Parts: sequence; C-alpha cells; structure tokens
Amino acid sequence: MKVITRLALLVCLFARVCHGAGPLPEKPNPGEELFRAEQVSGHYGGQLTIGGRAEPKTFNPVVATDAVSREVIGRFMADLIEINRASQQTEPALAKSWKASPDGGVFMLQLRKGIRFSDGHPFDADDVLFSFAVYLDEKVDSPQRDLLIIDGKPITVTKIDRHTVRFVLPRPYAAAERLFDGIAMLPKHLLEKSYREGKFVEAWSLNTAPAGIAGLGPFRLKQSVPGDRVVLERNPYYWKADSRNQRLPYLDALTFLFVGTEDAQVMRFEAGATQMISRLSSENYTLLSRERNRSGAQLADLGPSLEYNFLLFNQNDLSTKKLDAIARKQKWFADLKFRQAVSAAIDREAIVRLVYQTRGTALWGNVPPGNKLWINANIPHPPQSLDTARRLLKSAGFSWNSAGQLLDSSGASVEFSVISSSSNTQRMKMATLIQDDLSHLGMQVQIVPLEFRALVDRVFQSFDYEASIMGLGGGDADPNPEMNVWTSQGTSHLWHLNEGQPATAWEREIDGLMQQQMITLDYTKRKQLYDRVQQMIAEELPFIFLATPNVLAAADARVGNFHPAILDPYTLWNADELYIRTPVESAGAR
Amino acid sequence: MRTKTWVIIAAVVVLHVTLLVAGFIAPYDPAAQNRELPYAPPTRLHFRDGSAWHIRPFIYRLTMGRDGYVEDKSIPFSVHLFKNGSAYKLLGLFDTTTHLFGVDQPATVALFGTDAFGRDEFSRVLYGGQISVAAGVVATLIALLPGGILGILAGYYKAWTDQSLMAGTELFLCLPWLYFLLGVRAFLPLHLSPARTFFLLTCVIGLIGWARPARLVRGIVLSTRSRNYVLAANGFDASDLHILRYHILPDVLGVLTTQATLLVPRYIAAEVTLSFFGLGVNEPVASWGNMLSSLQQYSVLVSYAWLSAPAAAVVVTSVTYALLADMVQSRLKFSST
Repeated sequence: MKVITRLALLVCLFARVCHGAGPLPEKPNPGEELFRAEQVSGHYGGQLTIGGRAEPKTFNPVVATDAVSREVIGRFMADLIEINRASQQTEPALAKSWKASPDGGVFMLQLRKGIRFSDGHPFDADDVLFSFAVYLDEKVDSPQRDLLIIDGKPITVTKIDRHTVRFVLPRPYAAAERLFDGIAMLPKHLLEKSYREGKFVEAWSLNTAPAGIAGLGPFRLKQSVPGDRVVLERNPYYWKADSRNQRLPYLDALTFLFVGTEDAQVMRFEAGATQMISRLSSENYTLLSRERNRSGAQLADLGPSLEYNFLLFNQNDLSTKKLDAIARKQKWFADLKFRQAVSAAIDREAIVRLVYQTRGTALWGNVPPGNKLWINANIPHPPQSLDTARRLLKSAGFSWNSAGQLLDSSGASVEFSVISSSSNTQRMKMATLIQDDLSHLGMQVQIVPLEFRALVDRVFQSFDYEASIMGLGGGDADPNPEMNVWTSQGTSHLWHLNEGQPATAWEREIDGLMQQQMITLDYTKRKQLYDRVQQMIAEELPFIFLATPNVLAAADARVGNFHPAILDPYTLWNADELYIRTPVESAGAR
Repeated sequence: MRTKTWVIIAAVVVLHVTLLVAGFIAPYDPAAQNRELPYAPPTRLHFRDGSAWHIRPFIYRLTMGRDGYVEDKSIPFSVHLFKNGSAYKLLGLFDTTTHLFGVDQPATVALFGTDAFGRDEFSRVLYGGQISVAAGVVATLIALLPGGILGILAGYYKAWTDQSLMAGTELFLCLPWLYFLLGVRAFLPLHLSPARTFFLLTCVIGLIGWARPARLVRGIVLSTRSRNYVLAANGFDASDLHILRYHILPDVLGVLTTQATLLVPRYIAAEVTLSFFGLGVNEPVASWGNMLSSLQQYSVLVSYAWLSAPAAAVVVTSVTYALLADMVQSRLKFSST
C-alpha cells in the first residue's frame, strides 16, 4: 500500500513538473459564479515572454500613470465592467450584471458570488467600497479620480448587500458603464492598513514581496527583478472559464522582459527569446513580414489605430513668460488662414507612404477611421494644394520677396522651429516631410529633436516652443476621454492651456457641445453633437492633423488565441485566453 | 619624392577637390526629395541592351513592384555628361546648373541609392562631406591656435605660467570628451540655423581640443629653448619676440602640422558622433553624421546596406589623413636628422 501511495505521489509530482511552474487552477466551486467565455478554447501549460520597452514604475493601480505599469498591472487586476477590446462594447467582469435607471443617473451592480482574490481571500462589496474610497481620495491623487468627479461632485457608492452595490452619479452621464473599465478593484484586506496610515501611495512598489500583492486578474505576481523582468504566474482562483468550463488562464506564466527599445524587442522576437510584440512600427512589420515564411510568425495589421498625430502651433498666453520672440510669431499662429495654408501645403499621402510604408491613414480630423462608431464621415479630405496655400497666405497679408521667402505684413520672414521627440523616428520623419512641404511656400522651418520629457515640459509647462509634432488618443473609442483635449478647461487643451474662459467663440461652442454629448444618453443624438465638434475642429484647425498608423502586432507561431485589438493594450487584453500550441497545432495553423 | 608620397598627396588633393566641387559632381540637390523613390537601391549602370553593347552607360527607371523595386526595361535612359540640373553655386561663388553627369527625367540615377525621403545618397555623401570635413579642418585650426600659443608661452616662460597652463591641460585631457561635447551642445540654444549650428559645433569641438597640442608644443619649446643657438640669442640680448619668431616657431610648426593631420580625422569623427546623436547639423542639411543616424533603426540597418555609404566615406577620409600624417612625420624626421 505504501509503495502504491509513493508511486501515486511520484506520478503527481511528475505531472506537476511537466505541467510547468505555475500553480494548478482550482476546480470551479458550485457556488462560484464564473464568467463563461463560450467561444474560447485552448489547453493548459507553457509560458509566454513579452519584450517591453521600459519597466513598470509601480504595481499600484491607483497611482500608476504610465502605460507600461498599467500594462503589467492590468494582467493581475480586474475591473467591475470591462470594455471588450475586440467588440469595443462593455461586458460584465467582476459585476455579473448591472442595471441603469432610465435617466442614467443610478447604476445597480450585482457582483459575482464566490470569487476570490489571487491569495484566496473572498471578494465582496466591501472591497468595492474600499476601492472607490481610495480612488476618490484627494490625498491619494489618483489619475482615475477626474473620471469619477462629475460637475465637481464625486460618484457616490453604497453597499446594498454583500454582492450588490449602488452607484449614484451627480448627473446623467453618457456611456457611464465605460467609466468602470480601468478602475481596478483593490483587496481591502491587504491595503486597508497602508491606506489608514496615509502610506497608500508607497504601497505595492516594485520592492513589495509578491505575497503582499493580490488581485482579481488572470495572473498574480511571482517575481520582480528591477531592470530585468517581471514574472506573473497563473491566478488559480481566476473568475473566467472557457467553453469546457475549464478555469482560465491557460498559461502557466507570463513574463515581461525589459529590453529598452522597439528594435531590441524585434531582435529578441527574431531570436525566439520573446513570443509577442504589442505594437510594431511599419518598418519593423515589413522586416518581420520578409522573414515570415521562415519563422511562421503571426503578423496582424488591424488597420487604422485610434491615435492621431498632428502639428500644433503654440497659441498659449505668454504674457507672463519672457518669450517675446515666440509671442511675436503667435500673430501668425493665431491666424486661421495661416493654419489653413499650412494644412493645405502638407502632403499627407506622402506621410502615409514614406513614414508608414502605406500602413497608415491620412487624417483631416480628430477621429481616426479606426473609430467607426464616432467618425464624422462628412469631413472633407482636400488633397495637398500649394496654390490654395499661397492664395490663403496672400489673403492674410503675407507676401514673398525676390528670393521666394515668405514675409508677414511687417516684412519679417516667416521662420519657426518644430520640436518633436527624438526617440520617435516616425514623427521625426513627418517633421522632415513637412519642412520640405512648407519650404515650397517660402517658410523656413527648423526641426529640433528633443528628448521626450524635455518636449513634454516645453509643451505643458514652460510653453517655450513654436510648433510641435505630437500624437494623442489610443485609449477608448468613446468621445468622453477626449473631453480634456477639446474643452477649454481640459488638461490636454494643448494649443492653449490654462485658458480659464474659452478664448474664442468656437471654443465656447465646442465646450457646450462636449458637455451636452456627455449627458446625452441616446447614441444618435450624441453622434450628431460629436459630429459637429469634429466639423468645427476640422474647420478651425487648432491641430493640423497628419496621419494615424495602423495597429501592427506580432506573435510567435505557437501562440494560440492571438487576437490583437486596436484598443490599448492591443495584444494582452485577452492574456487569459492565450495558450501555447503544440508543434502539431502550430503546423496546422500555418 | 617617392611614388608613395605622390599617391598620398594625390589622394588628399582628389578628396578635397571632390568635396569642394560637390555641387558639380553631385547630380541632384542634396535636399531634393523624390517621394516616389524612398529607399531605392543603387542604380545599376548598364552597358548592354539585348545583344548590343554601348560605350555610353544607360540606366532603367525604377518602379515599385510587388516585392520591391524593379527596373522598367521598356525605355533606357542614357547617362549624359555635363547635364543641366538643379541650380547650385560652384565653389560657393558661381551660379550654375551644370552637373558632371545625369539622366533625363523621369529616370533618376542614384549611384548610392536613396534614403527614406528618396534623396540621392551619392549627392548627400558629397555635400555631407563638405560639412563634416570642413568641421574637422576648422575645428583643428581652432584647437591648434590656442594650443600652439599657450604651449609656447608655457614652455618658454616656465615657472607659474607653465604650471597654471599645464594644470589647465590636465583638466581638459581628463575630460571624457564625447560626454563633455554632448553636455555642452545641450546647453546651446535649440533654435539655431544650420549655419550657426555648424559654427558653434566646430568652435565647441575645437576649443576643448587645445590641451594635447599645447602639451606637445610645450615639450618642443622646453627642448628648443635650451639649445645653444637660443642661449646665444639670449646672450646677445635678443627680445623674447625675436627668439620666439626666429628660433622657436620653426621647430614648433612641424609638430603642429603633424598634429593637424592627426586631429582632422578625429574631429570629423567628433562631428559625425554629435550629428549621429541629433546634436549636430540638422535636417535637411546633410552631414555624414546625421546621414548615418538613420542606421540607428534596426530595420534600416539590416535592410538598406547602401545607407552605410557615409561610414565608408569617413573611413576613406580617415585613412587618407592617417597616411598624410605618417608621411608628414617621416619627412619631419628626415629633415631634422
């Protein structure tokens, strides 16, 4: 009998070793309300390594502001309601269902019963209340707090019972359920102490022991080696199951390897050291395409992203700054005809061809074509026209000297510099093309490559720049996150920050339209309001829109269920469904 | 003189004359973009059309096919000498539109291929050489002038002049010059025209390079001033200026000449390094450094080998200067024995 027991133990141990390093998934309990992903199938085992351009700065979801931290945190934390990155629609997550009042002001959320954090502790309404108390706390200063404050008043959260929570919004808010995506639920049992002691901001740093961190995401923290890697292992209590009622995730472990640059990501991927790249430039995509026959890699071109790149002129109030040289040039920048002439002179098709190797789309408005739900298709797409540009400049009082240089009405030659991030080769290329385009109008443009932080400091703080090439967007398809760009009070109202009151009539109208769409619940009416906003932006050109790149991603041939999406985080949104194919399955897929 | 000497002198002359008349030899304006031809490979020169051979080379126009560029063999385009093209100033003085060679539109002859904007790499290497070599030569002059003067003063007057100046050279010699250059450049204003950037760049490179020639010159002056003819001049109450002008300077000039030939390639490399990191001359002006900066992208490095042409130009120039330095040094030794 002893021999049999020992043999059985040995077999179990062998099976465990073969299975991999991660803990085995717990068998679903009868009382556990799992989310059943009916379309998903795969098998357990294997590890996935992803090359990252930088390492996370924190594991604390409440204070994380950078995309890298959020990408890692998002794999071990979960939200009440999530936006499905494939359908772009909301779907139940930790809340199994929700009901909104007819005016959209009250939301009643039913939480899943029987689900547990990755350390085995049960999750209930108290965790939800604790989480929202932290997110709304002014002292914690969470970036998500702004979303939860409407008209200066916070969303109120009330516990009805252990699995029911009521949210009351200060006023109706369109697509309010989308607010819950990105608000990760915190374990009260682990974080309450540090919150009460006023040390919440320091909690869950990169030095925190993995045992002190728990979430409701598909993975849990196993190891963090600063400057090198973060290793996540399977959360054995995860609340999603596949079509065969097997608890997800399939992968034993998910490793983020920090390699520094996109080029290093590509080299590691080619060498087989990593199995996935979330976002590729078109040059590297072309490079991997050439090797596809040999490597069998899965390459995905998902079409236009939600990111928009633009040329921005500094129209900030410089009266309190000692920037007289820039202030003089602002006379041109504030002239709509000048901006229209610049826009008309830019060859956007060349940007798409030369910068994105045709894997991009020219833009004339703030909503890229990837956002099918909200784009105003009636915005005109005028081709490049130097004649139109010259006519506009002439009507605005500009003239040309015998050498072909453009002069303003006071006889000063039109010269300005364009700053751009030196690490973003695509925007640097755009700058070179624009410099050449504008030289045909007699404008002398100097390109100034700047380190990204120096650029952000000039655009957001010191205003010591004349023009800049930047990019925004990529988060959600809904218009609400764009409020902070287009309303005059917005923190990303880049062409004129800290306006106080709208500086122009059209900005005042946009403020009104954006506020109106935010409280309009009917999609068609909201779309009409946002269409008008897009039309006004395209006419007034606070930004001169250039192009949007396609979302390009790559995965090793062995990665199953690889379904990248155009919304951030592009490839890892379904990390719980990813699995490693057997050689036979890989060959079949090829 | 031996044949080798003549070959070296000829190479130096050819190199510099080529760069001086870059506008004539280059078939295109270095900033002119051809947006239909990004990353086009070097144009192949043909001498055979079907079965017939031609003395005059011809090319085929490149068109974009499914798997990259292909030659459109329906129309051959002859390469013409003294072809009319874009306007430029020959030697910076004479307006002209005549180029050494070229082809009729719409074909493009790009001997070294094109870059990401379809700009002719051959023309850019020539024009870029003007900037890079001029930066090297001007910076060398800037370094040698204070270096020579301070070295002479330190060696001739000795005592506290020597000590304080040599302490200064030690400080400059122990500086990690690349990082120092990067730091200094970062403090300069951002909004600079290419001409002013070039001027500041050469000044910065030159001014921090004075220490080495200063120490060398000091050594020579120390040795020379103890020679009998200098002591005799002193005995006859010759002025310091007279001794420096007629007895010390002739000895120092030889060292400075050798130093010049060694410093030029070094300062070309300094300009290339700064421009490579985006701190030198900016677009659309070409310099070997900013042309090479596109190779920082992995996909460009492994896909478009022809964009390494400026690196080959740097190597050729450096080897030419190294041979020149070797020759100058051996001649100085010969003359001093």
